[in-house]
Amino acid sequence: MSATQTPVQAFHRRVHDAIHDARIRANFRSAMDGLMSKRRTAFADWDLERLRELGAAIRQRALTRLPDLLEELERNCQANGIRVHWAETDEEACHIILDICRAHDARQVIKGKSMVSEEMELNHFLQQHGIQALESDLGEYIVQLAGETPSHIIMPAIHKNTGEISELMHEKTGTEPSRDVDYLTAAARSQLRERFMQADVGISGVNFAVAETGTLCLVENEGNGRLTTTVPPVHIAVTGIEKVVERLEDVAPLLSLLTRSATGQHITTYFNMISGPRRDGELDGPQEVHLVLVDSGRSGIYQDDELLETLRCIRCGACMNHCPVYTRVGGHAYGTTYPGPIGKILMPHLLGLEATSELPSASTLCGACGDVCPVKIPIPRLLVRLRREAVEGDGQHPGMVAGHGVKRRRWEVAIWRLWSWLHARPGLYRAGIAAATRFRWLQPRRLGAWTRYRTAPRLAPRSLHALMKARASGGNPR
Amino acid sequence: MNATDKRYPEKPDQVYFFGTCLVDLFYPRAGVAGIRLLEREGITVHFPQNQTCCGQPAYTSGYHDQARQVATVQLDLFPEPWPIVVPSGSCGGMLRHHYPALFSGTAHEEKARDIAGRTWELTEFLLHVCGARYTDQGPPVTVALHTSCSARREMAIGDAGRRLLAQLGNVTVVEQDREEECCGFGGTFAVRHPEISAAMVSDKVDSIVAAGAEQFASTDCGCLMNIAGHAEKTGKPLAGEHLAGFLWDRVRGADRDGTS
Ligand code: SF4
Repeated sequence: MSATQTPVQAFHRRVHDAIHDARIRANFRSAMDGLMSKRRTAFADWDLERLRELGAAIRQRALTRLPDLLEELERNCQANGIRVHWAETDEEACHIILDICRAHDARQVIKGKSMVSEEMELNHFLQQHGIQALESDLGEYIVQLAGETPSHIIMPAIHKNTGEISELMHEKTGTEPSRDVDYLTAAARSQLRERFMQADVGISGVNFAVAETGTLCLVENEGNGRLTTTVPPVHIAVTGIEKVVERLEDVAPLLSLLTRSATGQHITTYFNMISGPRRDGELDGPQEVHLVLVDSGRSGIYQDDELLETLRCIRCGACMNHCPVYTRVGGHAYGTTYPGPIGKILMPHLLGLEATSELPSASTLCGACGDVCPVKIPIPRLLVRLRREAVEGDGQHPGMVAGHGVKRRRWEVAIWRLWSWLHARPGLYRAGIAAATRFRWLQPRRLGAWTRYRTAPRLAPRSLHALMKARASGGNPR
Repeated sequence: MNATDKRYPEKPDQVYFFGTCLVDLFYPRAGVAGIRLLEREGITVHFPQNQTCCGQPAYTSGYHDQARQVATVQLDLFPEPWPIVVPSGSCGGMLRHHYPALFSGTAHEEKARDIAGRTWELTEFLLHVCGARYTDQGPPVTVALHTSCSARREMAIGDAGRRLLAQLGNVTVVEQDREEECCGFGGTFAVRHPEISAAMVSDKVDSIVAAGAEQFASTDCGCLMNIAGHAEKTGKPLAGEHLAGFLWDRVRGADRDGTS
């Protein structure tokens, strides 16, 4: 990617490359088809609508009381012996983690899966400061080996098929090439096992932080999360401030929704509830547990009731699994930490609209995402809202999102003004379409991007208005 | 919302017909067919001549002032408490779901809510409100049905189109792979993101053709324009028309009234 490209050009370039990459297309199509059918089966015997209502209500209640709940969470975590840190920016969060690592002379860090740490580019940051961070989630491990970023929030390496993974592991770790997934998994596991034992610090994400009890919940399938949070002497959990829920009983329905929506599992293989460091007399567990709560743009969303719904997200990935655009272009084309529909509505808040203005427009508003979202985030409505933010932001319409108005172009405003002027004047509109249909032979055969892939629709000889008028006066409405 | 949760009104004597701008300019015969299908049920159909466009293009592009300006004109079209029938899930969805939001907090809010509450998509209206019964007059044919995302999701018409088609004895309706997946139209999306749109519509055409249909019927003209236009451009053997036109052609033989 050349440095002179604007974010818009860069987006279209990545999309272009992905669309024409047969391997990407095939890998995503088959993976997403599988995930969709698993989700369908998982909810087959459930009153899904009711469960989604419940999930949405729990998350909305938590967000409405966010400042209070965060304080309660802090108090109860501290009472449990968990040290709580607040970071306003990614940078601050990185430094907090670095300081903790340094206090323990840490050289090696083992990581469980954490999208917030991807947001912060934590691995890169630690590396620059002489600390090796190794990803232990299998998908993340593969992505790290390849020097890439995750292409999906649940399955980071979903853009690769088994053959590609085998090649990569062979090249980087000397693993014998194989198409046997179990063999490759076992090889990765044995390489990782060593590193767990050597790690000075374990860093994980958090799925739900329970304010009432000061409990950190972690959902995973590989056991790497449990090892990360129990084997090294220090555990640092890092998460966005929106992950808090009010009560312990809120967790069960959210967990049901999360695992079924994400992978179609009734429950994951591991579900960790972390309630503090090792106590006297306990045989395992870390000596120190830290919780780093990252804002990084989130509290800005908090100012607006409509946009706030974005923060209900429990990061299940169902919206991307069902997205016809994501399925075609894959996760990397978005160029942002979170791809797919949730990325389109979240990233503008985290990065500003200057860098992300093309994301909200890259949707047909088909609604598949909103339909499957387990916490009923009205994603299509939020996309329209962000499109508005991207073109508004003059004196009359103060924008809410950073970078609002970035797509406002004078000629485009002029076109819409002309359009509305014409369509708000029925007499003029009728005259206009009468002329258009009458002189339809003047219709251009080419209509820009439309006719690159389609023929142009043909103007009818007489409009419906004209046919109905003729009919009302006794004519023949052919 | 599911189709089953919806409360449909009693069959009325009169309805308004909101034709939509795409029908007006490119597919007026679909509009006429829709009106005739309603008349066939004994309903008097009013076509307000002052209708223009529901305002959706500006709305989804983020230009809400301009959308509101155009939508305001449509608010005055339906003074009587009759249902408003729209041969499009997308424009129907605009009236039914987005007008209340667009006019919320304005002097027109109440009017917008009233209109939203009596807007119905054509095929759901024919099936659920009119209880339409069809006898097929046409030759044997195999078709696919394309229900737009907005008809299915926003308007929640369920399988109304499929059930109407099922009444036609000589019509075989095939099921395509990933029938619920978007065709890639999305209004300005098709020209702003042409490559993604093209990838989507090309898959859609392929799956309809692979299902064994040489023609398809669509509940929305946007999708119709997209799918049929792509098939024509790429030389794939697939023709399309609006479901209203298709239905009317199959049943009209029985109700020739000399004007059709
Ligand atoms: S927006 Fe909804 S569907 Fe998408 S990841 Fe978040 S919770 Fe899941």
